[in-house]
Amino acid sequence: MKTLVLMLVLAAPAAAQVPYARILDAASEPGNWLTYSGSYGAQRYSTLAQINRDNVDRLQPAWIYQIRSLQKFEVSPLVVDGVMYITEPPSDATALDLRTGRPIWRYRRALPEGIVTCCGQVNRGVALLDDQVFLGTVDAHLVALDARTGRVRWDIEVADYAMGHAVTVAPLALQDKIIVGIAGGEYGIRGFLDAYDPTTGERLWRFWTVPGPGEPGHDTWSGDSWERGGAPTWVTGAYDPELDLLYWGTGNPGPDFIGEVRRGDNLYSESLIALDPDTGTLQWYFQFLPHDVHDYDSTQVPVLLDAELGGEPRQLVLFPNRNGFYYVLDRVTGEFLVGQPFARQTWALGLDADGRPIENPETIPSTDGALVYPDDDGAANWYSPSYSPQTNLIYQNVREKGGIYYRADATYEPGKIYMGASRRGVTGEDPKGFLRALHPLTGDLVWEVEVHSPPWAGLMSTAGGLVFSGTMEGDFFAADALTGDVLWRFQTGGPVYANPITYLSEGRQFIAIAAGSALLTFALPE
Amino acid sequence: MRWGVAAGGAIGVALVPLVVLSAPTVVTAQTAEMEQGKRLYESQCGSCHGPLGNGGRGANLAQPRLRRASDDQALFNIIRRGIPGTEMPGSPLTPRQVSSIAAYVKTLGRVEPEDIPGDGRRGEAVFAALDCARCHTLGGRGGIVGPGLDDIGARRSAAHLREALLDPEASVPSGFLQLRVVTKDGRALTGFRVNEDAFSIQFRDLSGRLHSFWKYELDVLEQQWQRSPMGSYAARLTSEQTDDLVAYLVSLKGAQ
Ligand code: HEC
Ligand code: HEC
Repeated sequence: MKTLVLMLVLAAPAAAQVPYARILDAASEPGNWLTYSGSYGAQRYSTLAQINRDNVDRLQPAWIYQIRSLQKFEVSPLVVDGVMYITEPPSDATALDLRTGRPIWRYRRALPEGIVTCCGQVNRGVALLDDQVFLGTVDAHLVALDARTGRVRWDIEVADYAMGHAVTVAPLALQDKIIVGIAGGEYGIRGFLDAYDPTTGERLWRFWTVPGPGEPGHDTWSGDSWERGGAPTWVTGAYDPELDLLYWGTGNPGPDFIGEVRRGDNLYSESLIALDPDTGTLQWYFQFLPHDVHDYDSTQVPVLLDAELGGEPRQLVLFPNRNGFYYVLDRVTGEFLVGQPFARQTWALGLDADGRPIENPETIPSTDGALVYPDDDGAANWYSPSYSPQTNLIYQNVREKGGIYYRADATYEPGKIYMGASRRGVTGEDPKGFLRALHPLTGDLVWEVEVHSPPWAGLMSTAGGLVFSGTMEGDFFAADALTGDVLWRFQTGGPVYANPITYLSEGRQFIAIAAGSALLTFALPE
Repeated sequence: MRWGVAAGGAIGVALVPLVVLSAPTVVTAQTAEMEQGKRLYESQCGSCHGPLGNGGRGANLAQPRLRRASDDQALFNIIRRGIPGTEMPGSPLTPRQVSSIAAYVKTLGRVEPEDIPGDGRRGEAVFAALDCARCHTLGGRGGIVGPGLDDIGARRSAAHLREALLDPEASVPSGFLQLRVVTKDGRALTGFRVNEDAFSIQFRDLSGRLHSFWKYELDVLEQQWQRSPMGSYAARLTSEQTDDLVAYLVSLKGAQ
């Protein structure tokens, strides 16, 4: 008993603390991965360079963690002070010991019956703030866990899952706030973005992405269509601490494929919105695709970049959109600067000077079927792009696949699919997939790696001169960030539906990726 | 106390014929199902939930409303699949067998609630005075050396809780293992196991700090089964205080 008492006195204070200041300054500790995209600027770039062009061919697996679920494993892990925090589908969380890959705690959620999600009961990761882990759930709750034990601190309802709401997005931790988006654009929900108090779980604000009566933008919805207007917010955004602006992409209007019942531009669907994070008020928006009828969702990760454009230093946001166009906006004002296709697309004949698309009417879903590129899985999707300041290139995984859309009925019933078309593939087509490196200020193609089929993997670039990517056939590979030469590959045994990250453990650099039902880590031989 | 519950159990059984009075043709079928349910319950569930359902290592099922099995479907699913992340296992029984157990479990709910002496409000003060939160999390606050107590009253019976206070080492939760390690470089640590495989071990010391070792880094790895850092409170509590504290712990049912 004596030793026990002594220990209590001698042992150092416990608990990993991730105060806001650490996330803000994430670039100064590349050994950890503290927020979804690695930093608030969301470049998914690491300055770690132990693993580099010259030695990456010796990269080998270090440890593997297996999950039990057969749902898509879309996690983007976080790493801090020797522990990795992941989510497992449907809505579980696990803390793993970095040294050994062994679980330290598990949070297993008992889910109610009758959960509906369009695209799998998935989850893309947690947020960390102070000594808590934040997890969204497919029954549309937000849960705060004790980072040391996984024990529940609080568990609150974000929205009613029976109406088709789900939280699959990794929350974003800001100062004194947890930002959470919602999924359910295929169920006639009315979208929103929320902020919660990390200590109490109390909701601080809600920004409705479909304005209600009396609010600006409400008149872009005919009749009462706004009530089921969609515009979900299911992919983690970015934050500029100097401008104090929160950037978030919004999804499709509902019903996905039928425009007549919601005449108008349908704000703020298919937009990038910039909010004041203290109040949730809209500072500006840019709508990529007014009145979408292709279910394109502008829910990608906005990438922040300061660069000279047209002879002037500008604060920019880069946005390779699922609709096949690459956009550059001024992130102070939302001004449209650049828009250019980076993938095969037929839905637009072009963009006008303000960036508004000139739509191709032949691609609108019809009773006879209308062919469109890309299909509703998009030219890009939720998976992350990456920008490397070392090469000054932006990397994007690209899908080139068409779809033929036949009009169907859509009658709204709470919690039921509300889409309005059926899709078939293009007979004889061999869909294509590419890892593309684009010029960040023009969207011009610099190089590409063709892969076997349209990918669902996110990207990460490093100061080792590398870009990491994955394929549907289970390849995880590293390409030379400057040339696109594939320098290393590994067959993981399952499709990659996730974003890579990198970190240091005991001074060694590791790369982590989820593939199939496994979380794999890689390092150079010791 | 056992006596009280036994009487309650008898009431539960007596209720069955009453329920089916209006439909005599199904009496035999229902009674047969109930008997099968009872037999299966005793063999599959009783070891954790107690022969009479009043709990033990498992939750007290002898209450009118179950926390997680709030309706028939949920009850069926829990028996079938278990509760992930807890000691409640799934079972390989057929749907019919599960239905019969569920039917029987519902009769347990008709038992009179356990009569617990003691005053939970006073027990809360005892909990604070003895600083139990130093090792236990409650409402998101407190230490992490011991198990979280948010819903301990829903998970454990009063008898188990009393034993946990008076003779902690007699009722250590399954999976709890106290360890003493000495590293090759001479550091000695005591704590409890978080996880272990053939080559590595993760454990928490008594300050709550996490350690991960490869076993080759250790000179001593001593397993202290049935040992607990929670000393007995038998000498520190009057019997009235014990009753109060148990009543308080029983009242902790977690989020509803
Ligand atoms: C190995 C021990 C164990 C066995 C065997 C076991 N249980 Fe459980 N059971 C538990 C524990 C522990 C809990 C509490 C889990 C929690 O909520 O943390 C529980 C919870 C439950 C619940 C939910 C109680 C509530 O409050 O909603 C039900 C119902 C249940 N068990 C029924 C059964 C039935 C029926 C069987 C037999 C088929 C069974 N259990 C077998 C340990 C066990
Ligand atoms: C030095 C740390 C420490 C202190 C102080 C402490 N406990 Fe514990 N407690 C533990 C540990 C470790 C366990 C698990 C091992 C065991 O059962 O003894 C435990 C187990 C328990 C259990 C059983 C939990 C279960 O799931 O079966 C209860 C109930 C409990 N403690 C209540 C209390 C109360 C009430 C107090 C204050 C009077 C208290 N403890 C003080 C460390 C502590």
